[in-house]
Amino acid sequence: MLRRFRLEEPESVQAAAQLLARYGESARIYAGGTELLLVMKEGLAHYERLVNVKKIPNLDQVRQDNGVISIGALSTHRQLSLSPAAQRRLPAFAAMEANVANVRVREVGTIGGNLCFAEPHADPGTMLLVLAARLVAAKEAGSREIPIDNFFVDAYETRLEPDEILTEIRVPLLPARSGVVYLKFGYLERPSVGVALFLSLNENANSIAEARVAVGCVGPIPKRIQEAESLLKGKSVDEASRSIVEAGAAAARASRAISDLHGSQDYKEHIVGVLLKRAFQQAVEQCR
Amino acid sequence: MATLMSKPRDAQTISLSLAVNGKTYELEVEPHELLLDVVRDRLGLTGAKRSCDVEVCGACRLLLDGRPVSSCALPAFEARGKEVQTIEGLAENGKLHPLQEAFIEHGGFQCGFCTPGMILAAKVMLEENPDPTEEHIKHFMHGNICRCTGYKKIIESILAAAKKMRG
Repeated sequence: MLRRFRLEEPESVQAAAQLLARYGESARIYAGGTELLLVMKEGLAHYERLVNVKKIPNLDQVRQDNGVISIGALSTHRQLSLSPAAQRRLPAFAAMEANVANVRVREVGTIGGNLCFAEPHADPGTMLLVLAARLVAAKEAGSREIPIDNFFVDAYETRLEPDEILTEIRVPLLPARSGVVYLKFGYLERPSVGVALFLSLNENANSIAEARVAVGCVGPIPKRIQEAESLLKGKSVDEASRSIVEAGAAAARASRAISDLHGSQDYKEHIVGVLLKRAFQQAVEQCR
Repeated sequence: MATLMSKPRDAQTISLSLAVNGKTYELEVEPHELLLDVVRDRLGLTGAKRSCDVEVCGACRLLLDGRPVSSCALPAFEARGKEVQTIEGLAENGKLHPLQEAFIEHGGFQCGFCTPGMILAAKVMLEENPDPTEEHIKHFMHGNICRCTGYKKIIESILAAAKKMRG
């Protein structure tokens, strides 16, 4: 059961930031509530006040400007899975959103809430790492951009300051001859392993110009894995495909996988390698 | 528990005009009251069930403006000005909805605990896609747990209802 709390419903980012500054740790932002209310119902966390940010206008829009897809933090997973801009420009992202949790969670849960709650077993963070997303955090005095590589600190912990609000996720448009794949594995409600890969080919389409690899769900935070990227970048597709098992092993080692109810560390590391290999094959197809 | 439950004098209340199955209720709720409890305990509509209590199983599903939500984890104030549909509102003039008929005809339930959620899910799905494949049904219905049927008869029931509704 949910303990009693007070509800604040600011109608601007500034007003919300003021409330957060005033009430500090006794208040928490509430958007979709699909994660927050569960831990509050379990009694694992209690806040005297929830600051409902859904009355702030225009934070659920997806726009394209200046080579960037700008995703409002209050966009729900369902909105993003159906967004024409996302489907056209970031199809792998839209497909990932269409498979987050279940249809009811996608209806209510927001992309911003998902990132800020930083529950380790989640899909969007891993995907946004290989898309090189930048997160816009606003407070009363102004806003700043946080590269997503710096956003996650630990399980349930992000770089946001107590009175900062995530307003926008900015994803650069994909270059020509590129591919993006997100694959996940799990038999529980939440994913147990998530692997994302971005590849782009050079002008002659014979070598890999850029490679970004991220692994999520297996440990406390989703992580970019440069050790795996360097085994792919600059190589011909054939050379890279011969290195993919090694890259998978490097990704697994660097992923900080832990043993828990989702599986042992060894098991998760093995799956990371399998998923990266499959993702590579699919991404190469997309590039061509 | 008593102190926790008793309502403090300065408790915040939110006025709610709630249209449930076409009937409007004027209610005062506190922010922490969940839609499931309001619908079950205050309106007496017990079709939606509390089961997993963590948005996984689908037994508490209600439709809010026609869209599926887990009412076990949705504060009632989120239904402000919206229409709620529960399984009790599906039959029209005493005639069951084609999905309800199909679930009976094809044995789409045994104990029936998950059935209200299953049928409301299927209703939304068929509004979006009147001619779903079995794969589509499995993807959409993922997140509805049944511990009796093994799901096969649920899928058969939905396919049969879809066919009937297409005419």
